[in-house]
Amino acid sequence: MGTNVTIARDGLQALIEALRADGREVIGPTVREGAIIYDAIRDIADLPAGWTDRQEAGRYGLEQRADGALFGYTVGPHAWKQFLFPARETLWTMRRTGDGAEVTDGATPASRHAFIGVRSCELHAIAIQDKVFVSGPYPDTNYRARRADAFIVAVNCGQAGNTCFCVSMRTGPKVEGGFDLSLTELLDDTRHDFLIAIGSEAGAAIMQHVPHRPATAADLSAADSAVARAAAGIGRHLQTEGLKQALQAAPEHRRWDEVAARCLTCGNCTMVCPTCFCTTVRDHTDLAGNTARRVREWDSCFTLDFSYIHGGSVRHAPRARYRQWLTHKLANWIDQFGTSGCVGCGRCITWCPVGIDITEEAAAIANAPAAAREAHHEGA
Amino acid sequence: MSSARKPKLAVWKFASCDGCQLSLLDCEDELLDLAGAVSIANFLEASSAVQPGPYDLSLVEGSITTSHDAERIHKVRRQSKYLVTIGACATAGGIQALRNFADVNDFIAAVYASPQYISTLATSTPISAHVKVDYELRGCPIDKGQLIEVIAAFLAGRKPAVAAHSVCIECKQRGTPCVMVQGTPCLGPVTHAGCGALCPSYRRGCYGCFGPMETPNTAALAREWQALGAISRDIQRAFRTFNAAAEPFRKESTAHGDQDHPG
Repeated sequence: MGTNVTIARDGLQALIEALRADGREVIGPTVREGAIIYDAIRDIADLPAGWTDRQEAGRYGLEQRADGALFGYTVGPHAWKQFLFPARETLWTMRRTGDGAEVTDGATPASRHAFIGVRSCELHAIAIQDKVFVSGPYPDTNYRARRADAFIVAVNCGQAGNTCFCVSMRTGPKVEGGFDLSLTELLDDTRHDFLIAIGSEAGAAIMQHVPHRPATAADLSAADSAVARAAAGIGRHLQTEGLKQALQAAPEHRRWDEVAARCLTCGNCTMVCPTCFCTTVRDHTDLAGNTARRVREWDSCFTLDFSYIHGGSVRHAPRARYRQWLTHKLANWIDQFGTSGCVGCGRCITWCPVGIDITEEAAAIANAPAAAREAHHEGA
Repeated sequence: MSSARKPKLAVWKFASCDGCQLSLLDCEDELLDLAGAVSIANFLEASSAVQPGPYDLSLVEGSITTSHDAERIHKVRRQSKYLVTIGACATAGGIQALRNFADVNDFIAAVYASPQYISTLATSTPISAHVKVDYELRGCPIDKGQLIEVIAAFLAGRKPAVAAHSVCIECKQRGTPCVMVQGTPCLGPVTHAGCGALCPSYRRGCYGCFGPMETPNTAALAREWQALGAISRDIQRAFRTFNAAAEPFRKESTAHGDQDHPG
């Protein structure tokens, strides 16, 4: 472990095959529906060779690169949480029997995953969800099982996205830990190789099936330059110092009204966020009245039902819902879990249909605390 | 259900295309269970055998467009313990509520060879404008899974598990990349969930078949449509379809006109 080796482009095919031979479903980036998404891959040809993404607030598009890079994009609409923490899961089923009822647990995870192409921000996001689902007082059995079985092939970013701000959140772009293998793509006119850092015994074991050679000083230096290039090109910045206090001191800031005039309360930001973990449970019964099923689904603090208690929703006004999300993500999360809930991946900026930018909203409040005193009390 | 008497179900049609009633017949896998759980007492689309009321559960399709129907819905209400409207016509007035924005006599003159035989109201209105409605199921047409859920919930005496949030949440749950962020104007962010985000899964913008979601910010969405190149008439037409008379959609469509596309 801690060893660096180098593989050729073909070596990546050998890696995919070795992971499949190990009984894993390999999930990686692939082009579908005009985006680079995460789905099952079987072959190196499934990877988005020669594609990159262009991202702005509320805008996403694919473009052809001048080279054949396999990981020459940033992050797309999907996050790994959809595999570790699926959008919909049956928790239990109850069936009426002659003299009572019989309860069976929901399905337990069937496949062992290998994730290829996990970015540094995404590793931090997985670590944040681990705190919620594994380390907390009420571990989630299925998440824990999927997480324990997941083999992680991280990849260092060779370029930055326009909506990324991992440097501000200290979550990237360089992969620092939490992986079995980590890749850095080394691509120029003369070569297409990958530097591989081995991060676990499982990673070392898989590498026995992948042709490789020791990394040279030139390989290491080229990898460092690629990551430095990404860090230098980062698209956005968030001033985190003093942000928690500023947000927590500004529940009546005028900016909440301004953002509420733009916010669709559609919930997209929470759905694409790789750390958002809120769910609701719905109970279903069948027509015959013999079977009941409890289903857990992704939910969002932007829905009215999310804060519904006896008598109505606590956060009825859109401003209250946006404020809940932003202050939880960037401030109250720190009190609750010891880290920010934001990893700076920029998905909530790109995938907001009206392009609301979390870094702009946070800065507007942090930079003008005086406006907090112009209180609006209606419709909190 | 082990009770001796099965609840009596009635299905009623007002101004509509029958598509929502057909969703009930389309529940092939569940039809036997449904027939086992309720007595289908009045469902002309399925059987000409009609049992007299009162009925435990009435499903009402269609909107009120004639004075005759405006009286008939009161008779239906009086015979029904629990009344559920199914579909955009019954819940919002349907596509035929486009008449609410114009003079219905002009339509009659344009469409019918002998307009003197047509007797109709100036507006198309939802059932809730006439009688108390216990539950409104959205959609054009409704989703058959949601219909079964509503009936099963009625039988169990529980609240239906039907979400009122945006289509976006269903889109994200199924992993569909946002078509609007990729440049296609979409009504999903202001539209009530229920279809399972069908159109975006085929790379089309949402048409708003399920009507307004719980807190639709239609003005903000319309501004973004303009940024994507939509003209005022496009926006008006998008909001004036199956749920044209639902108040948030009516209000937004009225804010946009033909001014930048005469004729």
